[in-house]
Formats: sequence, structure tokens, C-alpha cells
Amino acid sequence: MKNWGFKISQPRTIDFDTADLKEFNKLIEKVPSSKRCLMCGACSATCSASNHTDFNFRKCHLMYRRGQFDGLAEELNKCMLCGKCKLVCPRGVNTRAIIYNMRIFLNDLNYKNIE
Amino acid sequence: MKDKEILIIGGGPAGLEAAYNLAINGIKVTILEKDPSIGGNIKKWVKLFPDFGDAAEVRKIFEGKIKHENITLHTDAEVTKLYNDGGKWFVKDTKDNTYSAAAALLATGFEAFDARRKEELGYGIYDNVITSVDFEEMYKTGKILTAQGTIPKRIAFLNCVGSRDEKVGNHYCSRVCCINAVKQATEFKEIVPDAEAFCFYMDMRMAGQFYEELYRKSQEKYGVIYIRGRISEAAATIDKRIQIKSEDTLTGLPLRMTVDILVLMVGIESSASTTELSTQNEINGEYGFAKSLGLYNSDNLTKKEGLFLAGSCKRPLTLPETVADARSASIQIVNYLNIN
Repeated sequence: MKNWGFKISQPRTIDFDTADLKEFNKLIEKVPSSKRCLMCGACSATCSASNHTDFNFRKCHLMYRRGQFDGLAEELNKCMLCGKCKLVCPRGVNTRAIIYNMRIFLNDLNYKNIE
Repeated sequence: MKDKEILIIGGGPAGLEAAYNLAINGIKVTILEKDPSIGGNIKKWVKLFPDFGDAAEVRKIFEGKIKHENITLHTDAEVTKLYNDGGKWFVKDTKDNTYSAAAALLATGFEAFDARRKEELGYGIYDNVITSVDFEEMYKTGKILTAQGTIPKRIAFLNCVGSRDEKVGNHYCSRVCCINAVKQATEFKEIVPDAEAFCFYMDMRMAGQFYEELYRKSQEKYGVIYIRGRISEAAATIDKRIQIKSEDTLTGLPLRMTVDILVLMVGIESSASTTELSTQNEINGEYGFAKSLGLYNSDNLTKKEGLFLAGSCKRPLTLPETVADARSASIQIVNYLNIN
């Protein structure tokens, strides 16, 4: 077949009709304070890992909420679970527990294993 | 028939506006103000949002209004006790004077949040971290300068300091700081047009008449830059500037910036007198504010007969809201003293 130099690109849309939004409910059950997050970014601003890598906890949390799990497990492995983010959160969200539980749930979903 | 007299605790906008309206209705008013002069929190302000109205002028109008034969003003009179005895209301001040009347109005207002409680933001540690109240103090001189006396090239305002913050126990929004940041950033750019002004916010709450217009003008005419992210740390550099860390949440990238001055937009907390006197009378509500009987039909009444509330002792209010609330309290008090 002739190669025209075009290919079909993957859709970039977060499709709320097909995305797995239920997975977030499991997280809420484990860490109820995750509902309170208002995405102010104080956590990712203070994050030690963010200063050296492209890790962004706030974004990971939001992607998880939206059911966008691709590549998330690898991202979460950049976190050292130091808990500094928890100290600065104005809404008292247990950020550390969110990461810990997201890792477990992603593992259950057969995304990349916890190292 | 009750004696036509009232004690007003607090000589700020709420107390003064109520005093005037009660006096012209033939009620003898005694105002007790803890400071040496009247005006309350507007004493600290230069210009008022959203129209840059002159705070000193507003204060002068109040001064004129309370020059009435029915009004007695006691300054330097901090009320420490408020109680009812045999249907009459009594207050005691720090000088051990006792006053009494048929009714009492609590108009003890608010206090600005003590920014030292947010240690990570460096207030009280680094000289170039100031509060919005300090900004006003400096603005009185007509100049905004760093602690080293230089003209700042870059300034940052941080919203929600002491508001919407579980870590300091204040879940509520103080309502006035967003628009005040817009006002102060605009004032700064008027003085130093070449400098950069940044505003860090979680949400910009422009829910007042002309607020949105001022917000828009600050961007369009004055070039104030708004960044959505909460500053989580501030530290001094070797040359005494302030380095701040935030996330630029809309790009999703961490942000670092060195500024000459960091202004913390401190929130509204209940004043010490508000908390103390409302607790004494079991009308203390959430966060140390005084609690009215009902939000819709009895917002100036309390569960104690003859004890009324006006202004920001109840919750964070803007100046026009406070003054309107004081007028509303006045008519309730007039009715109470005439009917009962």
C-alpha cells in the first residue's frame, strides 16, 4: 500500500462517555479528603521530586480522576512519599495517601507494577 | 415602655452608622471605642475598592454624622464585659467604668489575619514580605519601597492568606481580599508603571458591582499578570529579595520567581472583642464570629433580647455591606425600644 505520509492520530479528548470515572470512587473511599482538592498546586510547588523531575502530583491526581491512566504508574514512581505536599495543602487533603493508593489501584488495573 | 437609650460597642463604620441613625430617631446613644479615635479598620486604609474612594473622607463623614446631642462617645474604652441584669444591658471597660442601657449593639467588627501564623510565607521573618495592611500603611506615604529603600521592579500579591485554609482553621472565604489585591496591584502599577505585578490566586472572586471591570482594567490598562497557583513557600535570597515557589497550574509546570516585595492578602478574622463578648453571651458562632438569630429575617437580632448585631462581627463584609447592615440594625432597635 502506498504510504502517503499520513497516519491516524490517537484522539486527545478526555471522553467522559468512555473514560473510567468510577475508579476515582475507590480512591475516595480510601482517602475521602481527595474530594476536597481544588487544584491550587501548592503541593506540586513544594514537591521535592518536582524540582528535579517532571513529576506533578496535582496533574497525576487530576488525570486519575478523569480516568486517564496511561503512563500514570511510571509518573507516580517518581514520588518519594516524603509528605511535604501534605503540610502545605490548604484543604487538608491527605496527598500522600492518594499517591500510595493510586499506586495500588493502578497495579490492580494491571498498569505498570510498583517497583 | 423602655428607656430610649442604647450602648454601641465599637466605633467603626457599623457602630457609627447605627449611632447616627438611632440618634436622629431620638435615642440616646453611648459609643464605646477601644482605640483613641473612631473609624475602626478604615483608619488603616487609603483608598477603597472598587472605585478608589477616599477612606479618610469616609471617616470624616462619619465624624460629622456622630456630632449629635444624643450621642456620647467614649474612646480608649475597650469593653471587657457585656451582660444583662434585670432586663438592662451593662458593659464594663478596661478602665472599670460601667455603662448601662435598655439595649446594646455589638459592632466590634473584624481583625486582619496575623500572617505570622503562616510561617512558610516568611512574614515577620523576611522584611520584604508584607501584608495588605502594611501595603496600605506604606501607600499613605505615596511610595512603595522595599525594606532596603529601593523601588521594586517586581512585586507579587498572594491571595487567600488565612482564608480558605484548613491549616489555620479558617475554611471560609474572606470575600474582600481578591478585589483588594486587584486594587493594590493597580495602585502599585500607577506608582511604578515599569515594574511587574503578579497576582497568585486559587480563584478570583469578583462578585461585586464593578469588581470584574476593575479586574479587567488591571489586566488591560495596567498589565497586572494573574497566575493560578498558591504560593507554598517563600524564602529570602542573599540580596534580601524573596524567592517564591508555586505551581503555574494552568500550564501544569512548577514556577519559581524572585520578587522584591511579596504582599500577603490577609483575610478577615473575628476581632478579639467580637469573640470574647459573643462568647460571654452565648451568641458565638463559627470561627469566633457572633451569631445572629436568622440569616433572612432576623440577621440583626440575637437570641438575647435587647442585644443586637451589626457589621463584620458576624462575618466578613465589605464596607458598603457593613454600613447597610448598621442601618438595618438601627430600624430593628428603634422598633424594639418603641414597642416593648
